[in-house]
Amino acid sequence: MNAQSGAWTFFAEHRDEIFTATLDHLTLVVIAMMIAILIGVPLGMFIVQRPALRAIALGVASIFQTIPSLALFGFLIPIPFIGGIGKRTAIVALVLYALLPILRNTYVGLTGIDPAVLEAAEAMGMTRAQILFRVRLPLALAVILAGIRTATIITIGVATIAAAIGAGGLGTFIFRGVALVSDALILAGAIPAALLALLADFLLGLVERKLRVS
Amino acid sequence: MNTKPVLSAEKNIEFRDVSFHINDILSRLVLSGITLEIPQGETLVLLGRSGSGKTTLLKLINGMLLPTKGEILVQGASTRDWDPIRLRRGIGYVIQDAGLFPHFTVAENVALVPSLEKWDRCRTAVRVGELLTLVGLDPSEFADRHPRQLSGGQRQRVGVARALAADPPILLMDEPFGALDPVTRAELQREFAALARRLGKTIVFVTHDLREAMLLASRIVLLEKGRIVASASPQEFLGLDHPEVHAFAASLDMTPGAPA
Repeated sequence: MNAQSGAWTFFAEHRDEIFTATLDHLTLVVIAMMIAILIGVPLGMFIVQRPALRAIALGVASIFQTIPSLALFGFLIPIPFIGGIGKRTAIVALVLYALLPILRNTYVGLTGIDPAVLEAAEAMGMTRAQILFRVRLPLALAVILAGIRTATIITIGVATIAAAIGAGGLGTFIFRGVALVSDALILAGAIPAALLALLADFLLGLVERKLRVS
Repeated sequence: MNTKPVLSAEKNIEFRDVSFHINDILSRLVLSGITLEIPQGETLVLLGRSGSGKTTLLKLINGMLLPTKGEILVQGASTRDWDPIRLRRGIGYVIQDAGLFPHFTVAENVALVPSLEKWDRCRTAVRVGELLTLVGLDPSEFADRHPRQLSGGQRQRVGVARALAADPPILLMDEPFGALDPVTRAELQREFAALARRLGKTIVFVTHDLREAMLLASRIVLLEKGRIVASASPQEFLGLDHPEVHAFAASLDMTPGAPA
C-alpha cells in the first residue's frame, strides 16, 4: 500500500476525529485572533500620536515574532496564571504572535493617509476624535484588515504547534505522525490546516477588497 | 472693471507684530515682524516664492499654527483665546489637492461642516444643492459620485463648495488652482473671481502666480523670506520699486529674449 492510498484510508476511517480536531483548531484560532484584534487595533490607534510608546510597542511585538514558536510555548509553561499546560497557554502564545501584523498594519494604515485629507479635516474644525473615527479609521480599514488576514494565516499554522503543550487541534495528528513515522497521520493534520489557511485567506481577501477605497 | 463690495471698517483679521519660527535645532525663522490688517470683504492675495512663509501665514489665521511672538486677532479675539474647533468651523479652507475625503461622496464632502454642526438633513441637502450649483456642478449628476470619479478641476470645485458650506465669513485658500492644467486653471480663476465679488467674504489667497494675484486680489501682499516687502492694489503693484516686485514682474513676460 503506497502512502497516498494509505492516507485516504486513514482519512476515511478517522473522519469524525479529524473533524473534531479541525473544530478545536478553529476555536483556538478564533479566540486568539479576537483577543489579538481587541488588543492590537486599539493599541495601534493609541500609538499614532505617541512616538515614544510606538517604538516600544512595535519593538516588543517584533521580539515575540522572532522567538521560535515551539520555544515560546515552552517559555510560557512555567509562568503563573497565563502559563501551564493546555489551551489557555496556547491562546496566549498565539495572541503574542498575531499581535505584530495587526498592530503594525493598524499604525501604518492610520498614518499612511494622504496628508492633504488630514490637513483639510483639521482645518474644517474636526476634533481629534472625529478625525480618528470618521477619517483615519474608515480609510485605514482595508490596511488593518490586511494585517488581520496575515495574522490569521500565521495563527492557523502556529496553532498546530500548540498540540505540543496539550492544547489539542490539528497539531495532535502531526506530532503523533512524527512520533510514529506515519505520513498518513501527518497529512491528516497538515491538509485540513492548509485548507483552513487557504479558506481564511480567500474570505478575508474578499472583505478586504470590498473595503479598499479608490 | 473690479467692482469690489463695500469694505466695512471692521478689521476682520489683524496680525500684530507676528513672528513664527520652527522649533528645531536650527530654530528657523519662517515669519518675522508681520503686521497686517485685513478688513471685512477684502480679497487679499499673499504672493511669494516657495518657502517665503505664505502658507505659514495662512495657517496662523485658523489656529493650525500659533505664533512664536505677537498675536493674530480674528474677529476681535486672539487665536490663542479662540477655541480652535469653533474658530476653524467659521473659516473655510481650500488647499491645492482639494483634500476631499475619498470615502465620502461629493454631497457628503460638501456637507462636512454642516454635519459637524448638526444641521438637520433637509437643510443640509438644500444647502449642498445650492453650493454645487454655485460652483458650476449639476447636483443631480455629481452629488453621489466619489472624488476619484472627478477630474482635477471638478474636485477643486467641490473643495470650494465644501469650504463655503456653513457660510463662513472668512475663506482661506492655499494655491487652490496650482495643480490644475492651464486651461482649467484659467477657467476656475475667472469663475472664482466673479464668485468672490458676489460673496463679499474676507478671502486670503496664497499663490506664487502674479497673473492669478492680479486677477483676484483687491490687495496684493508680497512676502520675501518671511517678511512683508510690498503691499499694494493690483493696479499699483507693478509700479512699486522693489527687487522682488521686479522679479515677479519679469515672470509675467513670456517673450523669449525680452529684457527683464
